[in-house]
Amino acid sequence: MTNKFQNLKEQSREFGQRWGEKVVRHKWPVLIGTLLFAMVFAAGGQMGFNSDYHVFFSEDNPQLLAYDGLQNKYTKDDNVFIVLAPKDGEVFTQETLTAIEELTAESWQTPHSSRVDAITNFQYTRAIDDDLYVDDLIQDAANKSDAELAELKEIATTDIRLVKRLINEKGSVTAVNVTVRLPTQDNGESAEVAAFVRKMVADIEAKYPNIETHLSGMVMMNSAFFEAFSQDLMTLTPLMFLIIIITILLTTRTLSGTFATLIVIALSIMTAMGFGAHTGISLTPPSGAFINIILTLAVADSIHVLITVIQQMKKGVAKKEAIVESLRLNFMPVFITSMTTIIGFLSMNFSDAPPFRDLGNLTAVGMFAAFIYSTLTLPALLAILPVKIKVSAPKEGRLPFLERLAEFVIAKKKPVIIVSTLFILISSVLVFKNELNDEFIKYFSKDVPFRSDTDYISDNLTGIYTVEYSVGAGEEGGINNPAYLAKLREFEDWLYTQDEVIHVNAFTEVMKQVNKSMHGDDPAYYRMPTERDEAAQYLLLYEMSLPFGLDLNNQVNVDKSETRMIVTINNIPTQSMLAFNDRAKDWLENNAPEHMYSDGVSSTMMFAHLSERQITSMIQGTIIALIIISFVLGFAIRSGKFGLISLIPNITPVIAGLGMWALMYGYINMGISIVFGMTLGIIVDDTVHFLSKYLRARRELGKSPEDAVRYAFSTVGQALLVTSFVLIAGFLVLAQSSFGLNSDMAKITVLIIALALILDFLMLPALLMLAPSKRAQDVKEKTIKLETNLDPAPAV
Amino acid sequence: MKRTILTLIGVAVAGMVLAQSPEQRGLEVAKAADKYDEGFGSSASKLTMVLTNKQGQESTRFMSNQTLELTEDGDKSLIVFNSPRDVKGTATLTYTHKQGSDDQWLYLPAISRVKRISSNNKSGPFMGSEFAYEDLSSQEVEKYTYKFLKEEQINGVSALVVERDPVDVKSGYTRQIVWYNKDNYRLEQIEFYDRKNALLKTLAYSDYKVYKEKHWRASQMEMTNHQTGKKTKLIFDEYNFGLNLKEEDFSQNSLKRASR
Repeated sequence: MTNKFQNLKEQSREFGQRWGEKVVRHKWPVLIGTLLFAMVFAAGGQMGFNSDYHVFFSEDNPQLLAYDGLQNKYTKDDNVFIVLAPKDGEVFTQETLTAIEELTAESWQTPHSSRVDAITNFQYTRAIDDDLYVDDLIQDAANKSDAELAELKEIATTDIRLVKRLINEKGSVTAVNVTVRLPTQDNGESAEVAAFVRKMVADIEAKYPNIETHLSGMVMMNSAFFEAFSQDLMTLTPLMFLIIIITILLTTRTLSGTFATLIVIALSIMTAMGFGAHTGISLTPPSGAFINIILTLAVADSIHVLITVIQQMKKGVAKKEAIVESLRLNFMPVFITSMTTIIGFLSMNFSDAPPFRDLGNLTAVGMFAAFIYSTLTLPALLAILPVKIKVSAPKEGRLPFLERLAEFVIAKKKPVIIVSTLFILISSVLVFKNELNDEFIKYFSKDVPFRSDTDYISDNLTGIYTVEYSVGAGEEGGINNPAYLAKLREFEDWLYTQDEVIHVNAFTEVMKQVNKSMHGDDPAYYRMPTERDEAAQYLLLYEMSLPFGLDLNNQVNVDKSETRMIVTINNIPTQSMLAFNDRAKDWLENNAPEHMYSDGVSSTMMFAHLSERQITSMIQGTIIALIIISFVLGFAIRSGKFGLISLIPNITPVIAGLGMWALMYGYINMGISIVFGMTLGIIVDDTVHFLSKYLRARRELGKSPEDAVRYAFSTVGQALLVTSFVLIAGFLVLAQSSFGLNSDMAKITVLIIALALILDFLMLPALLMLAPSKRAQDVKEKTIKLETNLDPAPAV
Repeated sequence: MKRTILTLIGVAVAGMVLAQSPEQRGLEVAKAADKYDEGFGSSASKLTMVLTNKQGQESTRFMSNQTLELTEDGDKSLIVFNSPRDVKGTATLTYTHKQGSDDQWLYLPAISRVKRISSNNKSGPFMGSEFAYEDLSSQEVEKYTYKFLKEEQINGVSALVVERDPVDVKSGYTRQIVWYNKDNYRLEQIEFYDRKNALLKTLAYSDYKVYKEKHWRASQMEMTNHQTGKKTKLIFDEYNFGLNLKEEDFSQNSLKRASR
């Protein structure tokens, strides 16, 4: 048996050695070959950027289909919401109203616009003599007297169709809503609309210095996705590169080694990009994070190879032999740790949102490329470039801090276990205090203009989140049925009793207003018509009086059998939104006939449901990743006992991280849900390195558990500190992303990686020392195999 | 000498004709079309309106229509809705005017009252269809300014293509491109461009029949909205040019009668 494992160990090292020898011998062909491959592969195409919010939804997403269905029945509404806030706090002045009239007229010129709603072109209904008169509420504002302005203000700030939608109650902030119909979901169109509106608004601000504007709406959100991504690419990526360069320089102190590592990272990113272009993956803010993630992770492979080369050369070994020796020792460990990381990222394929699947696949390809280039391009480059290392006596890479830490764990192993177990137990309770929340406005940090503008709107005018209900009347023309209208009004009244509701845009308001005007504007008739034919004919008259673009198509379907209700709600967590929708659904089911049953749909609801779907699918993905990674480890370790022990420090950091996250932030969104599988693949490396050193000391060197812990600390302690430092620094940089999904993902990853290190240094050794010893022979045999595959580079 | 002068005048006249501006030629085409259809007196027809949404779901409405030709001012027309059930008997009366806004009334049988429709808004959809009221009303020459564009083949006939811009500032369009049949000036197709000058709709005329020897009427008009993917088809049948309708058939009182 021993011989067999010894052979395996030798075979594996021989493979690494032969690999290294071949690379060194054919350094030029290897270098040129890999460079050419990466360049040709990357030149195969360009990744396009897609920032339409629809990218977050797979084509068969039920909420997306439902919303598309509703939009097909009525109108497809993407919008730009232009808020005008006069600095003097008064909308109803000649100047400001004139500006709104101008802006409204100009807004019709917006590319792909289909409708423009403002207080000025609001179709005000009134009775003149015996006739129904429908016309723009405000025309020719420049010639209005103060009395007339006051009257207009009174009308606008009390009409339920306007107030808290296009004007606030005080009459100090108003909005122009431009509805656009984007023919395809292509970013070019959103960008075109956004650029047009920005210019238009800038012109208005220049002409009317008293007016301050804010831009929101789905089109502006689409363009904010793109802006957040470009901002990250321009600030975070260079910063990340800088940190990587400094780290490598400090740990290796060689310029050519640093240069070679940077080449490896660049080629890995290029290969991932080429893969993206070939498979037609489009860049989105989440998937775009792959660049920074590869930057952070790819460096580890190179560092392992590089450090061994330098250590060998310090011992006086010639460069070529040092390179071969490094590959002999590192090929397998680097391969295995790369594989676990790749598996972790591939688990993102379980995500319900395509951008995260893309992120996982792009990073997985990049990590595989990093492995290939670290074992081909890197040694070839090192063989070609001059590497100057002074021969010096090998210093033990000991840090007094790590030594003290080792002694501490050895002395207090039981308290350490008790405290860490308690910590994990408490954390696991706290995990459930996290709320699912995908409020998409919060995806953007407060320094993104879209976020601050949108916050301004929710603070001063109306809500940003809407839920839409298409309420059926059961038959063609049924919306004129008094019973239907009465029930619809009851539903509307009920909605207004809910705390979340800011505004309800319901067809009933049209009916009430028309009925009143048909009866000489008698307020007593501000109610539903009582006869069906009467209602239908009033509606016909009203519709015939509406101008171009301001028809009822956005509220009433073609055969008048359904109406659309748009409910604007407060900024509340998405779980509360779902709860609100459930209550509304229940109300209809308990109080209305079956044809009126309706489920809330909207972009808001799409995101709200997405986090739920995402969590369930990511839990599956994580479990599968865990099983596969355990299988890989089990294959490498060939020990059930240590495989099981290694699971503990691999799973617990995620639990502890989520528990602490609950205390710090308390919510989970799509970005956070992908972290579990991803971090699992990363943190498993630490455990493996520590465990392998411990086992080697126990059985090969015949040390006691305590001494084996000391040995593990002294050999890999510093390496673990350095790699964790690089990872933490990398994800800390990503945490600065102006795109909240990315920064949240990075923040919790930092937390988990830090906790993983702490648990690997405290709980793992304590566990190892307290675990019952197996039969010595058995352990020894397995340890040999473990060493074969997993012996990592020695510590720095 | 005299001959030379005559020749010169002749050349000058020919030159002027040749030098006719596109605006003049466009206006001439519109006038010729108006002239060609002059003298039909009055007509009546049944009208079926089929609305189709993007998914192909259809909704059908039935109406009847009467028109009275006037030469000194725009035509008068009366439309009675026979379905949907809720608006059966509702009737509109329209006086088109060469200058200024048209007058329009609606009779509501539910309250037995005639209501005037506010005069400013004529660009909204008619009965939820893809036709705006302004697409259906009498196409008086004075309602547009014209520009001749070109001659080209359409539907297998040669056509005069004219751009016309609405005079009414409340119109939903910046311009329309009209294809007139070169032989009988009947309309073959109209393209409508919205306020931002993007193609909004196309109206195709088909199944032309000739009445009283020279009055061409399309039996089918199909409007396609390119921005929403919705369509509306108008089918005219039972055309009757022999009713000899009078002005008194187009009064507010006649609205109530017609409704029955």
